[in-house]
Amino acid sequence: MELASFLIVFFMVRYIRTSLQTAVRFPEWEKILVIVQYAASGLLAADVFLDSSITKWLWHILLLGMVGAAYLLKDFRPVRNVWLAVGPYILVSLFKDIARLIDSDFYKSISTVIEIAEVFTLVWLIATWVSTQRQQKALEKERLKRLQEEEQSRIIAGQNVMLEQLVAERTAELTRQKEELEQTLTELKATQDQLIQREKMASLGELTAGIAHEIQNPLNFVNNFSEVSVELIEELKEERRREDRDIELEEELLTDLTQNLQKITHHGKRADSIVKGMLQHSRTSTPQREPTDLNNLADEYLRLAYHGLRASDKSFNATLIMDFDEHLGKVSVVPQDMGRVLLNLFTNAFYATEQKRKTGLAGYQPTVQVSTKRLSDEQIEIRVRDNGCGIPKTVLNKIYQPFFTTKPTGQGTGLGLSLSYDIVTKGHGGALTVETEEGEFTEFIIQLPT
Amino acid sequence: MKVLVVDDETDVQILFEQRFRREIRAGELIFAFAHSGEKALAYLNEHPSEYVLILSDINMPGMSGLELLRLIKTTYPAPPPVVMMITAYGDSESHDQAMQLGADAFLTKPLDFNNLKEKLKSAL
Repeated sequence: MELASFLIVFFMVRYIRTSLQTAVRFPEWEKILVIVQYAASGLLAADVFLDSSITKWLWHILLLGMVGAAYLLKDFRPVRNVWLAVGPYILVSLFKDIARLIDSDFYKSISTVIEIAEVFTLVWLIATWVSTQRQQKALEKERLKRLQEEEQSRIIAGQNVMLEQLVAERTAELTRQKEELEQTLTELKATQDQLIQREKMASLGELTAGIAHEIQNPLNFVNNFSEVSVELIEELKEERRREDRDIELEEELLTDLTQNLQKITHHGKRADSIVKGMLQHSRTSTPQREPTDLNNLADEYLRLAYHGLRASDKSFNATLIMDFDEHLGKVSVVPQDMGRVLLNLFTNAFYATEQKRKTGLAGYQPTVQVSTKRLSDEQIEIRVRDNGCGIPKTVLNKIYQPFFTTKPTGQGTGLGLSLSYDIVTKGHGGALTVETEEGEFTEFIIQLPT
Repeated sequence: MKVLVVDDETDVQILFEQRFRREIRAGELIFAFAHSGEKALAYLNEHPSEYVLILSDINMPGMSGLELLRLIKTTYPAPPPVVMMITAYGDSESHDQAMQLGADAFLTKPLDFNNLKEKLKSAL
């Protein structure tokens, strides 16, 4: 049985040392355990060479001491349950030796039972040992798995931090780009406003000569009618001083005077409305829609466009045809915006006839026609037609593009039709369409809801 | 003397009639008015050789005053009437062109009626 005791001590020491890692954590205990191991080896050698019963008791003491130490000492807490495995064997073998010492007869009578019990305790010990080892392995596995998981989650956390940093960087970059784009957009909007304003001023320039002419005429009338009225009054005074007053003539003079004053008012108002129109045309603030007589507006702007062109090109000439629907009624539009559209269409029409005239066509009479028509209760249309050079099919789909122009560099902004299109469609919910035949005619059609 | 005034502004008629009321009443001057070059030509064709003086605006829609001048000077039966041109743009280009086409005088707006009266009297 000494061999069994030795093996138990040997494996127990080994078990304690490995599971508690005494070499690292408890160097003092490590020393003691090594000593215990040597002691066990020595004890086994003593068993072999000395035939003494004392070794039996030393084995018991050693085993009990170890189990007791493992059970009682705080440092050995994790291996405390070693007594469960070893305890039965120690008890049985101790009982056997004590029984043999006290009463050998009694011992002999139960020796078989004791030996069997001893075998059972050993089997128990081994079984417990194996199962513990298994548990240990499972626990170790679990621990390793947990460690792995921890490692993984640590890696994931690291990656998360990295990703978050990346996201932050990208977000910052996107924000920067967004701000840049917003800045660019603001600049573009400002540029667009400037361009629109420039286009307005350009068309105002085109208008200036026409306006000067249009204002000069009514002013001449105002001056002339005033002067002639003074003459009439002089004549009236003369008549009244005479002995044989001609009452009929006096009446006639008075009637003429009234008429002249009405003419002065009429032409004064005419000049006034031209100046107002000019101011409206150059104004930048957002204008309001108001019920507008489109016949008047078309008439006014056709004259302005015509005289504007005539002022810059003396040889220019064209027949103007106005065909206005008397039942057009007032239409709610922004007068200066619609004026710009009409002015633009008229200027283009005159330009087209001028281009055709320059080709030297015999018997060509440049003609620009504007007509208005009420289509239904909800819709009216304005047509601007010229018998000029027409629009080639190849550029027809580009005419509303901003900056597209067929005029030589510096003569057209390329914004006229683009702005006109926006004003009619976006500004007034209408439609701007064109019918044309190259070399024959062009007709722009504005349809507006009323 | 018969004078034909050509201008697209209709109020010109009232103005002339008042400015020359004494002359008209005295029967010295007889005025007729046309509101476009085309109408003036038609009127002249209806009343051949009656009008000895024509006063025409240059800037009119349709047929311009210069075109009217050219047609009168080239196609009108002799003796050709006196033609005076009136324009709001007193530029030398129009002036030269009018003179080249045979205009007898070149007047700028606003019209100086005293000056015009003298010119008419000298033309008589």
